[in-house]
Amino acid sequence: MEYMGIERDRLHFSWVSSAEATKFITVVKEVTAAVKALGPATKFVKDRRQVS
Amino acid sequence: MIGYIDKIREISLKLLNEEKVDMVIGYRKGSLPMMTEPCFVKRPEDVETLIWDSNCRINLAAYLMDRKEKIGIVAKGCDSRNIINHLVENKIKREQLVIIGAPCKGMIDKKAVALQFGQDIDEYQETEDQITVKGGGTEKTFQKVDVLQENCAICNHRNPVVYDELAGDLVEEQTDIDRYEDIRKIEAMDIDEKWNFFEDMLSPCIRCYACRNACPLCYCPTCFVDESKPQWVGKSNDPNDTRTFHFLRAFHCAGRCTDCGACERACPMDIPVRLLTKKLGKDCLDIYGWEAGLDPEQRPPLDTFKPDDPNVGIK
Repeated sequence: MEYMGIERDRLHFSWVSSAEATKFITVVKEVTAAVKALGPATKFVKDRRQVS
Repeated sequence: MIGYIDKIREISLKLLNEEKVDMVIGYRKGSLPMMTEPCFVKRPEDVETLIWDSNCRINLAAYLMDRKEKIGIVAKGCDSRNIINHLVENKIKREQLVIIGAPCKGMIDKKAVALQFGQDIDEYQETEDQITVKGGGTEKTFQKVDVLQENCAICNHRNPVVYDELAGDLVEEQTDIDRYEDIRKIEAMDIDEKWNFFEDMLSPCIRCYACRNACPLCYCPTCFVDESKPQWVGKSNDPNDTRTFHFLRAFHCAGRCTDCGACERACPMDIPVRLLTKKLGKDCLDIYGWEAGLDPEQRPPLDTFKPDDPNVGIK
């Protein structure tokens, strides 16, 4: 994704077991913080008129 | 490579006469100069139609999927690697095949020659190192090395990886080549430059899917772009949809692509689609030390799990 021009922080991968609630919370916090820092996406966006 | 013709015909005749194969897949002369077509020889008397020159660009492995008969097939380095892919993916059985290996010094880029010649080409001749084209009352001679297809110029598997017969002596492999110069150039761009680069590169795309159809890896009964329930990707040539198509197709070929160049050759709009597949080839090499189509016993890295796989990008 980064190679084709999508900011690295927009895409996250993680492995969280159903028993790892704390890890899940940490990951969600990290992801939202990283994406918020980038601001709204401008690339790869279609508005609703284009979709329907 | 010139002398291969007689040898290919001789081997094919023997295989057909001894009924070791039901047909031989090779090349025959096309309807225009510098063009060849795939050709399926089933009768011994037809082996004379088989030819070999520096225009045998087509990847013949694309004609093997799900065949039931016994087949002799002419295979360059890239073709042989795609045959291995098919063996790994159970698209054909090794026992069905007699592979006629054709060590290859690279195929000519027809468009590059036409462009440099500037005339319609009426006649074509080649020697071991040179080609001569004639047309419009003039003629021009090119060194083969100057007009090779880009993927051939950076090829590091010229000899067939697997074969039963050989059409000629094995050739020297290229070792001092830099396969990924163009990819590194893109990797070094900043994020907006990258986005705009691909936006420009893909803008001529007419979504004809010729790249997919020519690809020996693209054999799904229904391609994801043709499915409508669910519809994974829009069917128009909206830039987002076009990008999704190219990007996903490249991912489907990750760890399988042999850089045979079929996609780029098929493209009527001259889009360098290999910049996507090659990037994934580079990643597979960097991350897993993997090159596609070298070993029939190993499955591609994105298809297997090993405890010591590197954790790329996973938190």
